[in-house]
Amino acid sequence: MSKMYHPSTPLPSRVREGHFGEAILPPAGVQPGPVYVYDAAIRLWHWVTFLAIIVLCVTGYFIGSPLPSVGGEAHEHYLFGWIRFTHFAAGMILGVAFVLRLYRVLVGGKHARQIFWIPFWSLGWWKEIFEEVRWYLIIGKPKEYVGHNPLAHFAMFFMFVLPMLVLLFTGFALYAEGAGVHTGWYTWFGWVFSVLGDSMTVRTWHHAAMWVVILFSMVHMYMAIREDMTHRQTTISAMISGWRFYR
Amino acid sequence: MGRQETFYELIRRQGISRRNFLKFCSLSAASLGLAPHFAGTIAHAMETKPRVPVIWLHGLECTCCTESFIRSAHPLAKDVILSMVSLDYDDTIMAAAGHQAEQAIEDIMRDYKGQYILAVEGNPPLGNDGTFCIPGGRPFVEKLKEVAADAAAVIAWGSCASWGCVQAAKPNPTTAVPIHKVITDKPIIKVPGCPPIAEVMTGVITFYVTFGQLPALDRQGRPLMFYGQRVHDKCYRRGHFDAGQFSEKFDDFGARAGYCLYKVGCRGPTTYNACSTTRWNEGVSFPIGSGHGCLGCSEPDFWDNGPFYERLETFPQFGAEMSADRIGATAAAIVGVGIAAHAGITALRQARVKPNTPVAADERVV
Ligand code: HEM
Ligand code: HEM
Ligand code: SF4
Ligand code: SF4
Repeated sequence: MSKMYHPSTPLPSRVREGHFGEAILPPAGVQPGPVYVYDAAIRLWHWVTFLAIIVLCVTGYFIGSPLPSVGGEAHEHYLFGWIRFTHFAAGMILGVAFVLRLYRVLVGGKHARQIFWIPFWSLGWWKEIFEEVRWYLIIGKPKEYVGHNPLAHFAMFFMFVLPMLVLLFTGFALYAEGAGVHTGWYTWFGWVFSVLGDSMTVRTWHHAAMWVVILFSMVHMYMAIREDMTHRQTTISAMISGWRFYR
Repeated sequence: MGRQETFYELIRRQGISRRNFLKFCSLSAASLGLAPHFAGTIAHAMETKPRVPVIWLHGLECTCCTESFIRSAHPLAKDVILSMVSLDYDDTIMAAAGHQAEQAIEDIMRDYKGQYILAVEGNPPLGNDGTFCIPGGRPFVEKLKEVAADAAAVIAWGSCASWGCVQAAKPNPTTAVPIHKVITDKPIIKVPGCPPIAEVMTGVITFYVTFGQLPALDRQGRPLMFYGQRVHDKCYRRGHFDAGQFSEKFDDFGARAGYCLYKVGCRGPTTYNACSTTRWNEGVSFPIGSGHGCLGCSEPDFWDNGPFYERLETFPQFGAEMSADRIGATAAAIVGVGIAAHAGITALRQARVKPNTPVAADERVV
């Protein structure tokens, strides 16, 4: 774990991690050094995913509720076709990025793994969530974590990872439908229709999952900025340079 | 009972020429989407194979499948019923009635054990011990299980037998279920639609008679040759869809100009059926051709995926007219207000602590 610290950080200034990922700061009077949290692969994935999701939400919304009709002859336009194409292209990028992200889960260390599992059996972890809720209700006290705080961890699993899986599987299933039932796409993703029942239901799940991700993103962006401003540690830098600084 | 006549023997006896017989075979091959040389295969089967005994049962239904079936043009339903198969029992259209009819079904089940095809229209309601559907004095579900036990194969006609259809729509007061819920040990071929297209129904029978086996089925048990594409995939309005030309109302310019019906709820993109290729009434037209969106009648639970004239499905449990977009946007507005309020309170709180000191050191737990 020495990679976590900058070579120039003296031993006494290092921030260590407790059992639940909470930051154990050096004693008062010692300026804590920065910690390297998210490696380049995860940062790249985060921002590629961010851009892809924006494109997917906008084009997806217009697939569900198309714009007013264009005038003239049909052969002069391909507007809806391009909206759908952009959606599919961004969907492919999102999918490939997600698969590469899963590879980082295997080899990227504990911070790469964090949002993909939930220690639901650990009573202490739920207590940490409760503490965090108190802090967000502005009745508790802030606590610093090297990775995600438990509440963010919880939200990232239930409101990001799970709906992302729904979006990816239903999205690729709908794509398979367009490609045709005789294609490899359908061989890989046709089972989604057996699980959810019918094509319309698959579209509705796809659509509903979009709103879950939108709600998550709104709160997530707010919290990322708020935490950066109110906490003793930085957040946004952790997703840009990978380093979390303490003040 | 003696050996069943072949189809060929029968039509020759009826005075039909060999030339007309071969024409019939070519038409059947074409309607099944087979290569021209399969006309010969069909002719051979008709000449040599004994006619397949069929038992056609009716459960909870509206009989629209039968109405559709008897209008088949290629091949004519008459040819199928009277000639290709021997439709020995069909309580709706058979001449015999009452005890005579029940005798007929017993005879077939005994004489052609394991060889007859069971065709089911409608479905069994399980509620109240099955008493919501009582043909011949006992629950339909019992009769269905009994006849299915010795069938070679089972055909589920229409959306009722295949998926449940209107009687199984929420709240499904009679607990009507598709037949695969009660027949679990037989191959079932689903021919959904409300009703299915006549030529699709007769096509499935022709295929079975010709090749002695069920056609290739998809994951849900539908014949791929008729249900391998969506209505949308071969819709003649698809050019308007890709261009972005939609009719918004049934009386606007778009509707008159023949624009795509997606925004007025067309379910073509989510419906597997042959309507846009085979069409209806001897190929005259199909709903979209007449200016009405597809309702998705051949899809599971299409009654519950409404409203029919809206693009997006609604969630009645959240109130009338609530689509995923309306629910999502409402939630987003609430969350947005929450974020603004929370940010305001946070700012007030920050103002009480020293500038550039995010949170007073004494408040921190480390
Ligand atoms: C953040 C991720 C995504 C969001 C927010 C999103 C959003 C949407 C929305 C709102 C719709 C309209 C659904 C409806 O008609 O009710 C849609 C349709 C669709 N999406 Fe996505 N989507 C996402 C990811 C994907 C992915 C990864 C794929 C896979 C390539 C994909 C493929 C499709 C397809 C094929 C359709 C149907 C388009 C059509 O047939 O016209 N989506 N999406
Ligand atoms: C579509 C929008 C977004 C989504 C879905 C999203 C998703 C995520 C996810 C899943 C993580 C966890 C990364 C991991 O552990 O692998 C994360 C972390 C992070 N995101 Fe985003 N993100 C979005 C937009 C943004 C934006 C606009 C910002 C900038 C304000 C941002 C800042 C951060 C930061 C700072 C972290 C690290 C949090 C920490 O330090 O614990 N995100 N994001
Ligand atoms: S009318 Fe319906 S089936 Fe035809 S292109 Fe439009 S959405 Fe597709
Ligand atoms: S167009 Fe749609 S609703 Fe109409 S008959 Fe065909 S599948 Fe059924």
